[in-house]
Amino acid sequence: MARIIVVTSGKGGVGKTTTSAAIAMGLAKKGHKTAVIDFDVGLRNLDLIMGCERRVVYDFINVINGEATLNQALIRDKHCNQLYILPASQTRDKDALSQEGVGKILEELSKDFKYIVCDSPAGIERGAHLAMYFADDAFVVTNPEVSSVRDSDRMLGILSSKSRRAEQNQEPIKEYLLLTRYSPERVKLGEMLSVDDVQEILSLHLLGVIPESKSVLNASNSGTPVILDEKSDAGQAYADIVARYLGEDRPHRFIDEKKGIFGKLFGGK
Amino acid sequence: MMSLLDYFRTTKPRSASVAKERLQILVAHERSSRNQPSYLPQLQKELLDVIRKYVNVEQDAISVNFEQDEDQETLELNIVLPDHQAKHS
Repeated sequence: MARIIVVTSGKGGVGKTTTSAAIAMGLAKKGHKTAVIDFDVGLRNLDLIMGCERRVVYDFINVINGEATLNQALIRDKHCNQLYILPASQTRDKDALSQEGVGKILEELSKDFKYIVCDSPAGIERGAHLAMYFADDAFVVTNPEVSSVRDSDRMLGILSSKSRRAEQNQEPIKEYLLLTRYSPERVKLGEMLSVDDVQEILSLHLLGVIPESKSVLNASNSGTPVILDEKSDAGQAYADIVARYLGEDRPHRFIDEKKGIFGKLFGGK
Repeated sequence: MMSLLDYFRTTKPRSASVAKERLQILVAHERSSRNQPSYLPQLQKELLDVIRKYVNVEQDAISVNFEQDEDQETLELNIVLPDHQAKHS
């Protein structure tokens, strides 16, 4: 049986697709057969972030409608043979995504895969609902910014009341906080909510902090998940997150300021 | 130099603490209304209609509060009657 992870946030532009691509790649690189699914029907972008946009032939909705088999639609990643991408449909109407259809596909994938990462669209409409409905774990991607925190809290309410686990009175979805675009310098200046602030408001288990980083745009420019940029801070932060999710004990990094020139000269290390 | 900079920084209002305070209030409010049963607004409206048959009260004279504990749910109904109508009947 696969473990189904939803990457969600409510608010758009906080880093859901970047996170989905990175953690799916991270899990696959650890040797777990992983599928990552784009639920953003009409606005697919996961393919672009994964660098497989020119290899899309069939999509999620083709499979739901029986126009293609799952094997025909799944794209094997060029960096890691344990990773497969299921792209969203670009043209069809959103109603094509049915709960029954999604359920069937996830069930079929579950036989063969260890992890299924569902990249949720922004908002709380159909696509976002179906992305989280079947989930076992939720990665709540949040920016240290008021509207993002509020929307995350809204998503938490939906996760705990509208998911399959909630409806069937099963153990609730495990929720994790991923704080992205974090800038320790601005936190120190009192210009940005701190990790502790956000955790206090959302009371959520912190899986990791991703610092604001140039490497994220560089990675999306070239269509390589940022986790493959092992030298970058964001890449390392995602690698930590994957390791923590898999049960490794890793101290949190990227929460405190990077040492400036004086720190480097006099602060040791 | 550094301490001088720090001095100016501390005198500025900290926008992050304002953000935190606003969020804490907002999130608490939204969470409490989230757990309310969906019939609550309709119940409030119908109660108001019934009461208005007998007493001329304002729209906001009724508050319906729903609270949930570990083992019990409480529905609290508060009606404020206008002073000058108390001696009517």
